[in-house]
Amino acid sequence: MGVIIDPNGPSSSPIPPGAEQDAVLQQVTGQLKDKGFVIANVDKVVNWARTGSLWPMTFGLACCAVEMIHAYCSRYDLDRFGVVPRPSPRQSDVIIVAGTLTNKMAPAFRKVYDQMAEPRYVISMGSCANGGGYYHYSYSVVRGCDRVVPVDIYIPGCPPTAEALVYGVMQLQKKINRTGALWR
Amino acid sequence: MDLALQELEDFLKQSLKDEVLETSISHRELTLSVAPEHLLKVLGFLRDDANCRFRQLMDICGIDDLEASPRFRVVYNLLSLTNNQRVRINVRTDEDTPVPSATELFSTAAWFEREVWDLFGIYFSNHPDLRRLLTDYGFEGHPLRKDFPLTGYVEIRYDDNLKRVVYEPVKLAQDFRTFDFLSPWEGQWEHLHSQLPGDEKASPPDEASAEAEKS
Repeated sequence: MGVIIDPNGPSSSPIPPGAEQDAVLQQVTGQLKDKGFVIANVDKVVNWARTGSLWPMTFGLACCAVEMIHAYCSRYDLDRFGVVPRPSPRQSDVIIVAGTLTNKMAPAFRKVYDQMAEPRYVISMGSCANGGGYYHYSYSVVRGCDRVVPVDIYIPGCPPTAEALVYGVMQLQKKINRTGALWR
Repeated sequence: MDLALQELEDFLKQSLKDEVLETSISHRELTLSVAPEHLLKVLGFLRDDANCRFRQLMDICGIDDLEASPRFRVVYNLLSLTNNQRVRINVRTDEDTPVPSATELFSTAAWFEREVWDLFGIYFSNHPDLRRLLTDYGFEGHPLRKDFPLTGYVEIRYDDNLKRVVYEPVKLAQDFRTFDFLSPWEGQWEHLHSQLPGDEKASPPDEASAEAEKS
């Protein structure tokens, strides 16, 4: 018999590094060496995999894109979270709507969203994407990208700092861990 | 006064006296007013004449003076790299009168004129491809006209039953508000440069110190 990870046990929340964590790791590696397999909950493993490689669709629409670029660059380095920008919706798990969504862009944006494989998530970044922001009363701007796609995480700010985006990504990971199932 | 600009103004007055309605120099910039039928001749002269050589068309803008009787102005900004000079040409027109297209003189005018057509609804005759440039596909109206409503006529939403983005008449949850900037709780544009509300009760600092010295 391998290790059964109890969903209500201590392993449902992350164990901080230390003697306790070492003990669990020793147990798992011991079992692996001994028996050659480990038993765990499928949804837990799936969530771990999903949160560990949230590949965002690059969707910079306005000045928020600059802050998104900062978040990808070396100071904040979203790569550390397994967040690697993708040029194709087919390869992405999450779309970061960074900037003003105009009426003319909205059908194209929806098309990109529709092309993403399930499970897919949406991060709405900045005031314009959240609710139209500065352009709320404009004739050409969608009053919030949630009129077009379902949004998981809203990041406030005009534009939000790179830290805010990193925090938003972490919030999304938390959300997936909390509510995630095998099927979304 | 810029001597070279003055010279250019005199030269243009002389050589284009039938075409140019009016010239003026303000803020060290030369502006010519031209009737639409003479526009191409003036543009061509400014481009080709050895004393002008305005080879670059920097921009074409539209202006909507709603109350004026030919309603619109089309503004052409020219640059001469040879002489390091700029000139501005004003043409007045209304909704129906077309302005001759400058595409045969400056190829860059094509998109500038499309933009002016898109945002103001000013026609350009002999334009090779006068389509909308910036606004949404199938957009109705010309948004930079003064009588175009700020929020436009339609807004967009994804319809889950039709599985596509649909257009609907605008329905705002909250109307656009114009703020009273004289209120002490908002910005104080008028007072910022003179006096803040309530400050009239206080004496200026030098008077206050003089009073203090007296007593």
